Amino acid sequence: MAEVTVLAGSGDQMVAEAFRQANPDVLPVYPITPQTIIVEEFDKFVAEGRVHTEFVPVESEHSAMAAAIGASAAGARTVTATASQGLAYMWEQLYVAAGMRLPIVMANANRALSAPINIHGDHSDILGARDSGWIMYFAENAQEAYDDTLMAFRVAEHPDVMLPVATTLDGFITSHALERCELMDDETVAAFVGEYKPEHSLLDTENPNSYGMFANLGNFYMETKLAQRKAMEKAMPIIKAVGEEWEAISGRPFDVVKTFGVEDAERVIVVMGSSTGNCRAVAKTLREVGEKVGVVSLRVFRPFPAEELAAALKGAKAIAVMDRAETVGGEGGPLWQEVSACLQSAGITAPVRDYMYGLGGADVTLELINEIYDDLKTLEADKAAGTVPAVTYKGNR
Amino acid sequence: MAQLTEIRWHARAGQGAVTASRLVAETAMDDGQYMQAMPEYGAERQGAPLKAYTRISPEPIEIHNNILHPDIVVVLDDTLLEVVNVCEGLKETGTLIVNTRMDAEEVRAITGAPATVKIATVDASDIAINTIGRDIPNTPIAGALAKVTGVINVESLKKYVEKSFTGKFSDKVIAGNLASVDRAYQEVRA
Repeated sequence: MAEVTVLAGSGDQMVAEAFRQANPDVLPVYPITPQTIIVEEFDKFVAEGRVHTEFVPVESEHSAMAAAIGASAAGARTVTATASQGLAYMWEQLYVAAGMRLPIVMANANRALSAPINIHGDHSDILGARDSGWIMYFAENAQEAYDDTLMAFRVAEHPDVMLPVATTLDGFITSHALERCELMDDETVAAFVGEYKPEHSLLDTENPNSYGMFANLGNFYMETKLAQRKAMEKAMPIIKAVGEEWEAISGRPFDVVKTFGVEDAERVIVVMGSSTGNCRAVAKTLREVGEKVGVVSLRVFRPFPAEELAAALKGAKAIAVMDRAETVGGEGGPLWQEVSACLQSAGITAPVRDYMYGLGGADVTLELINEIYDDLKTLEADKAAGTVPAVTYKGNR
Repeated sequence: MAQLTEIRWHARAGQGAVTASRLVAETAMDDGQYMQAMPEYGAERQGAPLKAYTRISPEPIEIHNNILHPDIVVVLDDTLLEVVNVCEGLKETGTLIVNTRMDAEEVRAITGAPATVKIATVDASDIAINTIGRDIPNTPIAGALAKVTGVINVESLKKYVEKSFTGKFSDKVIAGNLASVDRAYQEVRA
């Protein structure tokens, strides 16, 4: 029988608890704000003998991912965590992990990239890695960070998937704030996560095989990429099935696309991460006075939930996309690009406006959200009049 | 969200405001409430002015932003009153609690708090020195907060202090902290 402990936990602490309960074989890591608490907490679990993990304190994030790749290829359940410059420093290795089809689970405490130096939350780091071949979850709060991290093992290690998974939580806002959280008992989680039994591994000397082989011209490079694409496609139903299973155990609903009010909403905001609740809170207030507004939040960004997003937006008359990462020189932010492409494919013609917000942890006030819903009232006419900029900054001085 | 209570803490780094913001939040959680506690992180350096936040609600809290319009402001160091606008955004019918030897009217004069704002003062530093043995005003001021606002229950606070300090601190330190809560609860002037 599942037993739940209520505790005051930060997002980082809850990720560390999820790692502990998954009891990984190897955890190579380099600490970086705002991921540091994950490392500190996990190191305590190691010292207390509560996990059997080989904890490898490495000299850089590049080495952390390199060590993770080696460990995972050897057949070990492997986890790590990073943020910001650390993720950037892992860059080339992220592609290696995905291309070698290694089910590494990594938590990223989403943070701004330098320069100027800034330790606070935005999505610049993780969305920069969007093409690296990793599955990506975005947690709204500490509880989701815990749930996503547990589910990540099942998805990554599924024989039809075998892809690395990044579970992300917004730096400081989620990583460091204390919230009321529910921790599932160890046995229930162990049964849910299961044991990792790799089909192939470097240490399986009876069945020798190679990883990261040379695949030059005409030698299966495109085929490998196609296989990654197909694995991503196969991941979506598995993400959902695992989510349903965890929902049945935890009692917390799981949807790759979370919606509020979209059944009759005319004005809808699309968002990811910790600002989702802010949007929902404003939408609730507005709906109380009869305004038809809604919220759509992507809990999974890779694979991109195009079908689910289109279904959620099909009734919208005006759409705002909130981007928390710049694509300097691009026509719009990364989320806007994906949403726009999705709407185009689905034949949805409602006007869309892109907002850049919360960069470097800039506060996401309820007033800011209210202003966006206000803008949407006249979006069609404003677009026709040519007064809408490609990207609208909100919350800057 | 009608019963959401928002508290903003002002202190200098090292005075325990972050701990206080958590102490109050966790006390409320033990009484079945939902909560958030978060510091406003900057460049950490001892003595620098800092802010921390606590949210308490009987319902799940879904907003994640800084508290701009607090119901309650708690100031752990009265030298901040002339440095920081502690009343910024404080609700007109809000409460301001200050660790100081001054009385409410002196605090009102310095801060410019409107007459509608309730001001409570307590010499939490003196209480801390005489009970805990060190100037760490965060535990006693939580006792004052319980008395003045009722946002947490003082018995729950003491129970939580005892529970969370056991195993980490000596019996003497725990007894001192509990005594500090009682004294601040009795001595706060509102």
